[in-house]
Amino acid sequence: MPQGIIVVSYIAATILFILALRGLSHPETARPGNLYGIIGMTLAILATILSERVTTYGLVISAMAIGGAAGVTVARRVQMTQMPELVAILHSLVGLAAVLIGFANYIDPTASFEGTAKTIHELEIYLGVLIGAVTFTGSVVAFGKLCGKISGKPLLLPARHWLNLGMVVLMALLGKWFLGAEGLAGGLASLTLMTLIAFALGVHMVMAIGGADMPVVISMLNSYSGWAASATGFMLENDLLIVTGALVGSSGAILSYIMCRAMNRNFISVIAGGFGTEGGAPSAAISGEVQAVDPEETASLLTEAKNVIIVPGYGMAVAQAQHVVAEIVKTLRVKGVNVRFGIHPVAGRMPGHMNVLLAEAKVPYDIVFEMDEINEDFPETDVAVVIGANDIVNPAAQEDPNSPIAGMPVLEVWKAKTCIVLKRSMATGYAGVDNPLFFRDNTRMLFGDAKDSLEKVLSYLRQ
Amino acid sequence: MRIGVPKEVHPGERRVAITPQVAEQLIKLGFVVAIEAGAGAEANFPDDAYREAGAEIISDARLLWAESDIVLKVRPPEVHPFCGDEAYLLREGGTLISFIWPAQNRELLEKLASRKATVLAMDCIPRISRAQKMDALSSMANCAGYRAVIEAAEHFGSFFTGQVTAAGKIPPAKVLIIGAGVAGLAAIGAAASLGAIVRAFDVRPEVRDQVESLGAEFLQVEMPEGAVKTEGGYAKEVSEEFVRRELELFARQAMEVDIIITTALIPGRPAPKLITQAMVETMKEGSVIVDLAAEQGGNCELTEPGKVVKKYGVTIIGYTDLPSRMPTTASQLYATNMRHLLADLCPEKDGIVHVNMDDVVIRGATVMREGQITWPPPPIPVSKEEKPAGAVAAPPVEEKKPARKLPAIWITAALMALGGLGLYGIGLVAPAEFLSHFTVFVLACFVGYMVIWNVTPALHTPLMSVTNAISGIIVIGALLQISSPGVVLKLLAWVAVLIASVNIFGGFWVTQRMLGMFRKQQ
Repeated sequence: MPQGIIVVSYIAATILFILALRGLSHPETARPGNLYGIIGMTLAILATILSERVTTYGLVISAMAIGGAAGVTVARRVQMTQMPELVAILHSLVGLAAVLIGFANYIDPTASFEGTAKTIHELEIYLGVLIGAVTFTGSVVAFGKLCGKISGKPLLLPARHWLNLGMVVLMALLGKWFLGAEGLAGGLASLTLMTLIAFALGVHMVMAIGGADMPVVISMLNSYSGWAASATGFMLENDLLIVTGALVGSSGAILSYIMCRAMNRNFISVIAGGFGTEGGAPSAAISGEVQAVDPEETASLLTEAKNVIIVPGYGMAVAQAQHVVAEIVKTLRVKGVNVRFGIHPVAGRMPGHMNVLLAEAKVPYDIVFEMDEINEDFPETDVAVVIGANDIVNPAAQEDPNSPIAGMPVLEVWKAKTCIVLKRSMATGYAGVDNPLFFRDNTRMLFGDAKDSLEKVLSYLRQ
Repeated sequence: MRIGVPKEVHPGERRVAITPQVAEQLIKLGFVVAIEAGAGAEANFPDDAYREAGAEIISDARLLWAESDIVLKVRPPEVHPFCGDEAYLLREGGTLISFIWPAQNRELLEKLASRKATVLAMDCIPRISRAQKMDALSSMANCAGYRAVIEAAEHFGSFFTGQVTAAGKIPPAKVLIIGAGVAGLAAIGAAASLGAIVRAFDVRPEVRDQVESLGAEFLQVEMPEGAVKTEGGYAKEVSEEFVRRELELFARQAMEVDIIITTALIPGRPAPKLITQAMVETMKEGSVIVDLAAEQGGNCELTEPGKVVKKYGVTIIGYTDLPSRMPTTASQLYATNMRHLLADLCPEKDGIVHVNMDDVVIRGATVMREGQITWPPPPIPVSKEEKPAGAVAAPPVEEKKPARKLPAIWITAALMALGGLGLYGIGLVAPAEFLSHFTVFVLACFVGYMVIWNVTPALHTPLMSVTNAISGIIVIGALLQISSPGVVLKLLAWVAVLIASVNIFGGFWVTQRMLGMFRKQQ
């Protein structure tokens, strides 16, 4: 296939990728958007395979068949509550691929560069491998944290910032050695050593980040996987890779920014890890008594209400309660109750997590609202139901300047006439911050597993 | 232990200390409950209802007092019409729980001390949030506030709500409520829901939100900060200057409004005189004043405690028994407060009362223990969450001084300059080949930036999975190397193709699956 055709195919693929991202601006255009993405990917792969540089079709087909089959199997089987884990582990694969390609490219004897070009090329390899390696181990640790194999608590080593800095400096020194290395052996040694350090950096960085910050971590790793692809593109002088990597990279970066803004924290402090460990005045102690409520009373409160807003959190995902919630919503809407959902941008463990769960349970998306759209409506709401959320509905964020989450935008559920909070126990949220909401006069606590409790509520509603 | 509930002996008192429902709950706590015959009749709780709940009915008051370990009452003990002083009816070493008002009733305390009694005063329950469920003062104030509006309505010759009818227009009544504690807020709510135009005044500016949330207009006296001190949720005395301005405000309002309900109390002192005779004279004919502070001397100069009087054409209601005028609900609330207190006193649910003096609430309520007067209790530290009288909002948050910051435009300019320098730096050393790729890279970053902002937050998860699939484009890199010479190289590239394929297929597939679930309402 002539070079011109390949380039044109790449341009078409690039445009299709941009269209794919643009399609996601609305649920109705999102499905064609995904289709554009698939077509773009097919075009890009076909054009590459048909180019003169690819001759070993057996290898290509076997690898793609095995990988593709594995990918489809996982994608079909995964439960919607496990989406964050899936996304995390997929990121790790991109990272690993970038590392492998970097190494392959370095030992490739066909490439020959001279002077500045050589330095730049090697720098590209070095950077590509570095970003790939951090993405790889970081994503693996994120995956472990999300599926509970690793504790969700931030691991805070003493002098951890210095440790990170030390590793970065060490990698920079190794880079100098790598660029100056004469033979293949010296270069490989420094490259391998750097990769190991980058692996360690990835592990350490994500280990230090708490469970509640996972949405930021996931989108940050998403961004890294993009930059890794982009660096690989530079290395191979392939514009398609550069463009696509940059698209993904900036998309992840913006998502991270949006998530950080939703938590009123700056990106650096999230990445540096550790929640609320900074010194400062102690936050106000909370005294008072919680008022418990039983499912029957909850059901009658809901039936008597005109306006209800449900605020789901990670607890709903853990309890797999989205289907029961959807049934309750359906029953209440038949009874003429105006039920809506209020979603905090960082509810759950990845951006948009709650929306996906509600969509899975067939909750129509036009009764699901963003925080900014619905926050003003709480004073006119009769009942606000908080399902397994904690920090995102914590009034301390607005009222207690010493709270570790002070200034974080929160859903103002306490302004509703009654606020029912479903919770397993009185434990604090991931941020480890006490929640004065539970002690408010208009708050009622419905203790127990969200799914069990809601099933009981549903049975009373149907009587 | 045996609980006895006598009939209230105060003339006109219609409340009863416990309801049949609460009697049943107390029996579940392990107590034996006995009620004097007819004790609940005035509050619409017949003897049969108590009997069904498992309580014993005893017709002889003397016997009831004598047999009970714990006596529950509403009003403090007074002289029984047939049996002499109730204080002496209590068995030796017995326990009494009721309103006591120890500050005003020293003599009563001494009488009870002679019986070696343990006395818990419902009016001495500390007003902290944990004890709100037993706060009988709030319950009664709530009843009083509501009832005040009903009494006012009865004596007021017009509608509360405005109407436009074929027979002409009726203006809405204007109601001024002074003091926005529990009673004041209840009155605001009741008056507003009858349709009146409600204005409320309180010396504590922090109650503004609560007043406004009930639909009333908050009147305020402009004063420098710190002019009013509050303690335990009540306003303390205020400065002279403040009082002068406050009275001016009331004088103006008196000319306008139809109904004034006053609820201003200062603990341990006579009620402040807020409505003077002169103000009453300026009020419209047929106006009504309800003085909830009548028992403490009244907020209005012309109030006669316990009576309704008409002066200068204005009806002044000085009832001191407003809660008793709603006996059913008042008894219900009081009984529930009582039950919560007993539940705290009897944590083991074994029907035995433990007066745990380490518990702040019980310590506060206990005014006498086995004949020893323990009143007043030591002061308790007030926590921020305290909500006495249900009326104090959280203290205002101190504003932090913003840190000195460079103007945003300078930061932007500096960043741009830095970026520009960086670009020139690259341009100086990098070969042309690299720069063309770099151009593409920078532009792509901007395209990504522009496109992603439009993504709706609801689709952030599909966005991540689709970008994930797209970042599988890294497969191209592996494909370009898979045919290079060398086994190691081939192997590396093969593995890379494999895992990138997992990404591509898995990512697109799961995105499709997710997007299929987003549906609009049918």
